[in-house]
Amino acid sequence: MDISGADLVRAASFIGAGLAMGLGAIGPGIGEGFVGGKACEAIGRNPDEAGLLTRTMLVAQAVAESTGIYSLVVALLLIFVV
Amino acid sequence: MKGQLTTLMLVGQAVAQTPAIFALLIAIMLISIGPTQGTILTTAAMLGAGISIGFGAIGSGMGNGINAEGACFAISREPSTTKEMLTFMLIGQAVGQTPVIFSLVVSLMLMFISFNIPATIIGFCALLAAGISMGLGGIGSGYGNGDTASSACKALADNPEGRAGVLTMMLVGQAVGQTPAIFALLVAFILMFGNYAGPVTLPAAMAVLAAGISMGFGGIGPGIGNGITAASACEAVGYRPEDRGLLMRTMLVAQAVAQSTAIYALVIAFVLIFVV
Repeated sequence: MDISGADLVRAASFIGAGLAMGLGAIGPGIGEGFVGGKACEAIGRNPDEAGLLTRTMLVAQAVAESTGIYSLVVALLLIFVV
Repeated sequence: MKGQLTTLMLVGQAVAQTPAIFALLIAIMLISIGPTQGTILTTAAMLGAGISIGFGAIGSGMGNGINAEGACFAISREPSTTKEMLTFMLIGQAVGQTPVIFSLVVSLMLMFISFNIPATIIGFCALLAAGISMGLGGIGSGYGNGDTASSACKALADNPEGRAGVLTMMLVGQAVGQTPAIFALLVAFILMFGNYAGPVTLPAAMAVLAAGISMGFGGIGPGIGNGITAASACEAVGYRPEDRGLLMRTMLVAQAVAQSTAIYALVIAFVLIFVV
């Protein structure tokens, strides 16, 4: 198996994509779970406000998702563009 | 009371030991039952088997321990629940064991099945990646399920009448929280039984390895997050059993959103295996 320079770059970019998405999924997963937990707790205390609380939870989770989406974008760039 | 607390603690710890016992078992087998031929594939398979059970034991071990902690705390607060707390704790621990059982199955498969994949660097990376995917991917779900069960035990102490609701919420929360470990198992199976027909190049091999890394690490965060969500939902249903339906719906929505990064990791793993 002859390994050229271009091959090495492609191989490294795939490993980078795997690391980017893999490690990048840790933070948003824990963060969104925490938000969801607090929302459930708040709805338990005040079920009449369930609609407002659910909306707030979804907005908060969407913002926390943003770094996960950056990771996805970087991974896809590394796979397809590099 | 003191005797019952000690008993509960010892039973809980005994169950929490089992991931370590699985790991010891696999380690002894790896040392003593060597492969019949030292080919590139068996090397990768042995490495993958060790990684799969080694990392896979972390999450379930911690989770089962946290579950036992919740159960002991609960009976100290509400001694009337002592009789049913053992069963409750064991149910939670049994479900929380599932990721480490997946890891054990993948380890045993890697050690004992002769795979139909080419004995090249691609095959090496595939088997190693299968071990990495299942090993790391089970950590989050194991921990999360234990956190959920711990809160459920404490909720049972807060409201012994609402035991059916708390049990349902705990089981549903744990089932959804298992999903990252199931994704990791799926990727491990695809890697072990895949069809590697393309040319043998370094990028192709690294792509396969990266797929395992992506799903492996990608299962950690969502597993923990799902567990934290379900834990708070169980606690809330302990205080307010009449709002069970609303809390279940909210928990499922929250868990579905927290799942999304695990799905991104799964998508990247599939792209790396099938498209590249």
